[in-house]
Amino acid sequence: MNQHTSPNPDGRKDAAALDEARLRQQAIGVRLRQMFDDVVKEPVPDDFLEILRRADRREQG
Amino acid sequence: MTADLKERPPRTPAEDDAFKNELVTLIPHLRAFARTLCGDAAAADDLAQDAMMKAWDARASFQMGTNMKAWTFMILRNQFYSDKRRSWRQTQLDQEAAERTLVAVDDPEAPIALDELRQGLAMLPAEQREALILVGAGGFAYEEAADICGCAVGTVKSRVSRARRALQGILEAGDYDRDGSAAGDAMRSILADAERLSTVR
Repeated sequence: MNQHTSPNPDGRKDAAALDEARLRQQAIGVRLRQMFDDVVKEPVPDDFLEILRRADRREQG
Repeated sequence: MTADLKERPPRTPAEDDAFKNELVTLIPHLRAFARTLCGDAAAADDLAQDAMMKAWDARASFQMGTNMKAWTFMILRNQFYSDKRRSWRQTQLDQEAAERTLVAVDDPEAPIALDELRQGLAMLPAEQREALILVGAGGFAYEEAADICGCAVGTVKSRVSRARRALQGILEAGDYDRDGSAAGDAMRSILADAERLSTVR
């Protein structure tokens, strides 16, 4: 028993469970960002830039 | 961060160009955020285009140097909900369609965990999903997400934390609409993929 922070085995189990939960949340976070970034990395369809160009030209006269 | 409609001095072409250049760099992010709101990719691009044009038309009210990403996300979100209000009868159908699409558009070659994450997200209440996406994927601070959603910072924090817990629960229980996959498989594959991704990077 050289664990001073969690003298009872249950406390250590809790700490381990907490680590596991944190790990899972991190894993979900990685996935979530990846899902979003996958769309960010898609090439932008031409009509987006075309619409913006048209609007800009219209205003310039 | 309410849209400031006060008249500012006339804009110069150079200012418009600077605005346009920054707006263009935000298009991929607007598309990604719209995709999480709409599910359907074509409807999402329509929404992103509407938001882009609204931002362009309102450029006189935007102060260069402030957070244009948060500003455009707020415009997109407002647009989404005002479209929704206009067709509130459609809401339930839209939700069902979005859930179907979240499943249907999936690349069969895509890692299984992504598919399950999308389905898990689709099961969250809209305000939790949106808060989690903004903070967890969009890279916004709680304060910025609160501005975008028009609510208190504490509300965003609690929505994000509830969303995280709920999503983990859904993934661990295998409590999403999928056949032939044992409970807990989703979480296992997400953990495995995260490990692979973190060693690659």
